[in-house]
Amino acid sequence: MVTRPSGRKFDEVRKMDAKVGIIPNADGSAMFAFGDTIAIAAVYGPRQLHPQHMQNPKTGILRVNYDLLSFSVTDRKKPGPSRRSQEISKVTEWALLPVLNLEGFPNTVVDVQIYILQADAGTRTAGINAASIALAHAGIPMKNLVCSVAVGKLDTELAVDPDNAEEHYEEGEGHTDMPIAKIGNTDEFTLLQMDGKMPVDKFAEALNLGNKACKEIYEVQKNALKNFMEEEK
Amino acid sequence: MSSMETSNLTRETLRKMFSEDKRFDGRKLLDFRDFEIDFDISNKAEGSARVRMGKTEVVVGVKLTTGTPYPDSPNKGNLMVSGDLLPLASPRFESGPPKFDAIELPRLMDRMIRESGMIDLSKLVIKEGESVWTVIVDIYPINDDGSLIDAASIGCVAALYNAKMPELMENGLPDYENKKDKLPLTGVMPLSFTFFKLGENVVLNPTREEEEACEGKMTMGISEFNGKKMINSCQKGWEKIIRQSELEEMAKILPEKYEGVMKKLKSYLK
Repeated sequence: MVTRPSGRKFDEVRKMDAKVGIIPNADGSAMFAFGDTIAIAAVYGPRQLHPQHMQNPKTGILRVNYDLLSFSVTDRKKPGPSRRSQEISKVTEWALLPVLNLEGFPNTVVDVQIYILQADAGTRTAGINAASIALAHAGIPMKNLVCSVAVGKLDTELAVDPDNAEEHYEEGEGHTDMPIAKIGNTDEFTLLQMDGKMPVDKFAEALNLGNKACKEIYEVQKNALKNFMEEEK
Repeated sequence: MSSMETSNLTRETLRKMFSEDKRFDGRKLLDFRDFEIDFDISNKAEGSARVRMGKTEVVVGVKLTTGTPYPDSPNKGNLMVSGDLLPLASPRFESGPPKFDAIELPRLMDRMIRESGMIDLSKLVIKEGESVWTVIVDIYPINDDGSLIDAASIGCVAALYNAKMPELMENGLPDYENKKDKLPLTGVMPLSFTFFKLGENVVLNPTREEEEACEGKMTMGISEFNGKKMINSCQKGWEKIIRQSELEEMAKILPEKYEGVMKKLKSYLK
């Protein structure tokens, strides 16, 4: 029987924290944390898009940039985009777009900047959660929030929201990582990645474990937005 | 031929045909195109293969070099997967810094090969902590008519099975004139399949025209490990949402598609 290095239950998400309105210069901003993983996000826009040839006369576009701050990981990360960060930026863009309605802002861009302050696995999912509430804070027309979490597998046991120690689990089938993102309280997935070994007949169970966690994340996100509104009063 | 935009007419026609389980080339929605493999297409590579699937053509080459192991895996050889979408292969590909698709293709193949455990990296150690073999897999589409990832996955497996290890010279460098042993493989064989979505219909192995009409996609790498079918890699692409029921359906279809393609691939490896 596998026990989690963190001692958590298999369906237990790390302690979450979320705060809206952390960067005064931004049109919208937020922080989201899964335990020791802390992501911050800023939204600028809709604003005029340059270069002009990228402009779309039918709709505003979304542009996401995700990266780790150089000191956020044990071995300092060389500043500047890597292939990993470029891939995560793109899949984050796809994860957020389905809830946005930018048709009222032709020729403009909404820039989402996501940076990781402290990394302990689950950085892309924390980044999506932060960006989602930062977009709401910026007042961008949205039909819902996007909630994101990673479902892990340690040897043969599914375990939600793995931390870095759990991501390095090496016994048996080792570690499998499956980050997902969904539109809040729906069955609509906007991100799904995986690397590892997930038996075909365990796939649905893994998705359901993610669903349960996303419900909790949705509440944390909504509370952060509510708290911000009350403080503004 | 070099028209880049899918017309609304094409998209609407395909939408209607897909809902009747029909395609321009006569296949049903979940039919994979037949393919052919050629080996040893470039004699300086340690292993190489060409895959032709319809009009899609991809070449994959394997090079072996010696190097130092990564600090966190002193007793394992290294794997590097790279590639490019050369402007040679399509009017859509451009020179210059790699665009997203050119970054994604090798990253997806890297994850599929690495996570399946296909290569026995522990057998690629020359001197623990000091010197190991690095396996470099390079992927180049020669003609893009859709489903590059699926074709590349067949090409990667074929080229790795084709690869031979250079002998080591006395100074520790590879002797590329003398290659004898096979690359150490574990027998696990991965493949990737990309499902595309147009409206509510899911289609497998699209042509370029079909791909451009589609709105969402989902790539899944699969292998057989200890007698069980394992998903080794996933990547949802584009902005169209995918429902849980659709994801579960894809996972259900996957083993049968894997068996079909693997049967043909194995017939080439004998």
